[in-house]
Amino acid sequence: MASVGEVLEGKSICICAGSGGVGKTTTSAAIALGMAAQGLKVCVLTIDPAKRLADSLGLEELGNEARQVDPALLEAQGVEMKGELWAMMLDAKATFDELIARQAPDEESRDRVLDNRIYQQISSALAGSQEYMAMEKLFELHTEGGFDLLVLDTPPTRNALDFLEAPKRLTQFIEGKSLRMFMKPTGLAAKVTGRGVSVALGVFKKLVGFDLLADLAEFFNAFSGMIDGFQARAERVNKLLSDPETCFLVVCGPQGEPIDEAVYFHRKLVEAKLPFGGVVVNKVHYPADDLQAEAEDLPEALTEKLGDPDLAKRVAANFADYQALAERDARNIDHLANELRTSCVIRVPYLDQDVHDLAGLSKIDRYLFASAEERVEMAAGRA
Amino acid sequence: MIVTGKGGVGKTTVAVALGLRAASEGKRTIVCEVAAQENASRIFDHASVGFHEVEMEENLWSISIDPDESMREYVLLQLKVRAMRDMLFRSRIFNYLAAATPGLKELVTIGKIWELAQLDRKVKKGRKYDLVIVDAPATGHGVGFLQTPRTFANIARVGPIHSQAQQLDRFITDQENTGTAIVALPEEMPVNETMKLERDLRDEVGVAVDRVYLNGLYPERFKKSEAEVLAQLAEDENGAAKAAARAALSEHGRAKTQRSQLNRLKRGVEAPVKTLPFLFEPELDVEAARKLAGKLG
Repeated sequence: MASVGEVLEGKSICICAGSGGVGKTTTSAAIALGMAAQGLKVCVLTIDPAKRLADSLGLEELGNEARQVDPALLEAQGVEMKGELWAMMLDAKATFDELIARQAPDEESRDRVLDNRIYQQISSALAGSQEYMAMEKLFELHTEGGFDLLVLDTPPTRNALDFLEAPKRLTQFIEGKSLRMFMKPTGLAAKVTGRGVSVALGVFKKLVGFDLLADLAEFFNAFSGMIDGFQARAERVNKLLSDPETCFLVVCGPQGEPIDEAVYFHRKLVEAKLPFGGVVVNKVHYPADDLQAEAEDLPEALTEKLGDPDLAKRVAANFADYQALAERDARNIDHLANELRTSCVIRVPYLDQDVHDLAGLSKIDRYLFASAEERVEMAAGRA
Repeated sequence: MIVTGKGGVGKTTVAVALGLRAASEGKRTIVCEVAAQENASRIFDHASVGFHEVEMEENLWSISIDPDESMREYVLLQLKVRAMRDMLFRSRIFNYLAAATPGLKELVTIGKIWELAQLDRKVKKGRKYDLVIVDAPATGHGVGFLQTPRTFANIARVGPIHSQAQQLDRFITDQENTGTAIVALPEEMPVNETMKLERDLRDEVGVAVDRVYLNGLYPERFKKSEAEVLAQLAEDENGAAKAAARAALSEHGRAKTQRSQLNRLKRGVEAPVKTLPFLFEPELDVEAARKLAGKLG
């Protein structure tokens, strides 16, 4: 069983993926902090961190660029920092605008795209834009160099699959091969497809109205000069994702549903030939296995020690509830490890306090960067 | 009734619990899922229901609203001729445009929800429901899904879809007939997001939230004085007694932290907050949802 440190040995990109509400943002930040503490220059790209976490990293006034987390802040929290921790909050719309500016052949075509209503919808609202722009920013930072490791916290998608497919869907959309055809209605293609196209267009026009169709046409026209650039870039981004120096970590919770989603997501990673590194399971209830036999006459034993039968009963009942949750978690995690055929399952215990500051992150790091044996020991002895 | 909130807070369980409660009161109720999640059928331990209205229990139905199916149904309702619809869907250019139009998928999904809520159903042999509960998609950024009709009415300025989008916007913002609930967890980030979501729903969509459900609240099993005794016990003992004392302290700690989040939430939102207990159950199945249904009040 490995620790995060071992899994990320020699990697330059770590992508934390998983469904919403499983602690991806916290995990990403903790990994970045831990790797930086070990001496690397690390940048974490995060999407929407909890305000207090953002505050504690000094991220509040950040724009769409990486900033170093003040070493004094880290020191004040008792973090021994050998490297550098950088962080940025991703702004999908701004990244998209920058990308357009870079790809546009001239200012006029840039403004035509930026001013288009369809573009404005796509860049801020269309499903997939955030995912695509997260990849784009990752690629940009990687190409510029300057960091030993980039940690990406992926956007909260409805399901894990979106995250892998959205960028592709979006590029396909922008490429718009079949639409180029319709932009030139007098071309050969139009003659061949002829009637079918005009009927389909006619019905579509009837459904959505002419002005929307005109906006779409304008959008694709404005985009036409950039399509090749987008395509080439998308290919390079895809290549980077499957690079052996990239590592996908699946983050999940111990309940049935998040576990199933993690299994599903892992399968998608394998199908897409993307490099899977391991799983981080957050909020795990650790069992006290060896205590089971002793636990049976626990109410009596506790009554004796506490001198309060009512309290003893409640303590014992609560313990049984905790043990049941721990057993469920262990069962689900076994199932997960079997399905994924991996021994790299890193369990982070359900801590008694929410994590939203550097001190909390360091606490998580003690588990992420420990060996499996150390983790069990710490969980058993935790306060 | 629209049930919304961020991912992983138990929206589906709450939606199903609301459904169970309404059904037990004799209301014909349907729980709608969107984006092919099938979480509700999972709770009922039922095979995937797909784009069909399937009865789960007496008076309680479920459907998973697939945008592509909604689109097919919508276009058929518009064109009235099945063969013409099928021809259209075989056309690449039509599919392309449908995919390229931002928000169209969300719009037809909301359109289907509207259709389910009509007393005079548009689809053939459509049954009438007293209550339609929507398990809305997780709010990633802002209010996207519910805002679609408004956005769409703006980008399509004329034509039938413009007026239909306006109609859907009125449907969502109709205080008389449409209720909205946010599900939250008693933790820092979900509480922050709930406050923001309520604000955004009000300012950007024109929806006033009727209720906030704070899900998964730990019971206060131990008093402060008892926690002090237990802390000493955890210190002095070994084995099961120590582990049990630790578990009790952990429960006490969480219950306490959660109460401060609950108070923060109550101060931060306008809608009344209803708490739902954390269920110490290994799996959240239909019986767990039934337990919550009893606490909905």
